[in-house]
Amino acid sequence: MKYLANVTSLEFFSDTCTGCGRCVEVCPHAVFIIVNGKKAALNDKDRCMECGACARNCAFGAIAVNAGVGCAAAIINGMVTGSKPSCGCGDNAGECC
Amino acid sequence: MRQCCEKSASAPPVSTVSSDLTLREYIEHIRCRISGLRIRYAVKPGLYAVGNPDNDSDVFVSANYKMSFDILRRALKGMNAWILVLDTKGVNVWCAAGKGTFGTDELIKRIVELQLEKTVSHKRIIVPQLGAPGVAAHIVQQKTGFRISYGPVDARDIRRYIEAGYETTEDMRRVKFTVWDRLVLTPMEMIPAFKIYAIYAALMFFIMGLKPSGIMFKDGLANGLPFFLLGFLAVLAGALVTPLLLPFVPFRSFAVKGWLVGIVATLFGIKIIPVATPAAIFSFLFFPLTSSYIALQFTGSTVFTGMSGVRKEIKFGLPVYITGAFVSFVLLVFFKLNQWGIL
Repeated sequence: MKYLANVTSLEFFSDTCTGCGRCVEVCPHAVFIIVNGKKAALNDKDRCMECGACARNCAFGAIAVNAGVGCAAAIINGMVTGSKPSCGCGDNAGECC
Repeated sequence: MRQCCEKSASAPPVSTVSSDLTLREYIEHIRCRISGLRIRYAVKPGLYAVGNPDNDSDVFVSANYKMSFDILRRALKGMNAWILVLDTKGVNVWCAAGKGTFGTDELIKRIVELQLEKTVSHKRIIVPQLGAPGVAAHIVQQKTGFRISYGPVDARDIRRYIEAGYETTEDMRRVKFTVWDRLVLTPMEMIPAFKIYAIYAALMFFIMGLKPSGIMFKDGLANGLPFFLLGFLAVLAGALVTPLLLPFVPFRSFAVKGWLVGIVATLFGIKIIPVATPAAIFSFLFFPLTSSYIALQFTGSTVFTGMSGVRKEIKFGLPVYITGAFVSFVLLVFFKLNQWGIL
């Protein structure tokens, strides 16, 4: 299953990539591949769901993405309140103390 | 949840936990899928022992949503391992990682507080891959010395992952979204939608029964019937059929998918209870848009929709929904006036 094409905010900067492979390890949609065992490359950018796992785990700053939730209710809510979209699931609930 | 507040002065306590789930827990898991139990189904953060782990056993990190924890401990059946439960406010691993509660700081804090280096003599911890959006592995290693190995998406692959030398295969890393995965999510789409449906049905009953002389119960029921059915089908189309048939409905946009299924549902409904032309015009405008809007909400439950894509859908969709709702209302007023013989 694929979502809309050409919309992801994912950016990859090949220059700073060391080919460590963390991005390949964390991506749930196989967006990255390692080419010739040297550097990462974008394999299928349109599969990116902007979860932000790759960017957060890249120790070399070679990946940037505007991570967030792909949830209509959260985005509409964010537009109304003017805040960053965040899903309401479980906020303030089951909190300790 | 009071016990969460207890602060231990000496060595942090370890709870032992079985890898077998009780019947009660299975029932609770079903309740989490259909009721509000999911928002208060939590387990106390801390360190847990499965089997008889020693200082060389693996450490698996989990969220304190009890279902996440239960799925992990069941997958560890027959193994000796530690489970390190983070405080994610009762939210599952992936969602909590997105929020950052299943995150770098919380993981570092727990490792330090629980003095993990005294429990195990090695320096490796296994974090579920779907926790990666919140956890910067290199920073955890810098601060604690523990090296993170990202485990498989599905806890059931843990055994194969260990056998493969703590390496995930591409298959283990891919998040799947089977028809079963989608089905278990639909109750939480349908329940809120049907709550609104109840208000809609009452409103339609009132409008259809409304006459210059007062509200006629019989008219409300008889004239309202097609609209009760069409509304019901529109909810099912958006909240159940579209999610289930997701890969088979054409186009990638959820709004378009829902609209298409809504058109089919409306055709089907009108075939069961035929309506006059003005009511049919209203129906083909209003109900498919309703299905479309409900289907768009399912983006919040999928495993592959990103924020930029959903934003784009909303940017195009919202003006259509608002215009559609307004025109529907005008049509309904026109329909009523026509019925009364005023127009």
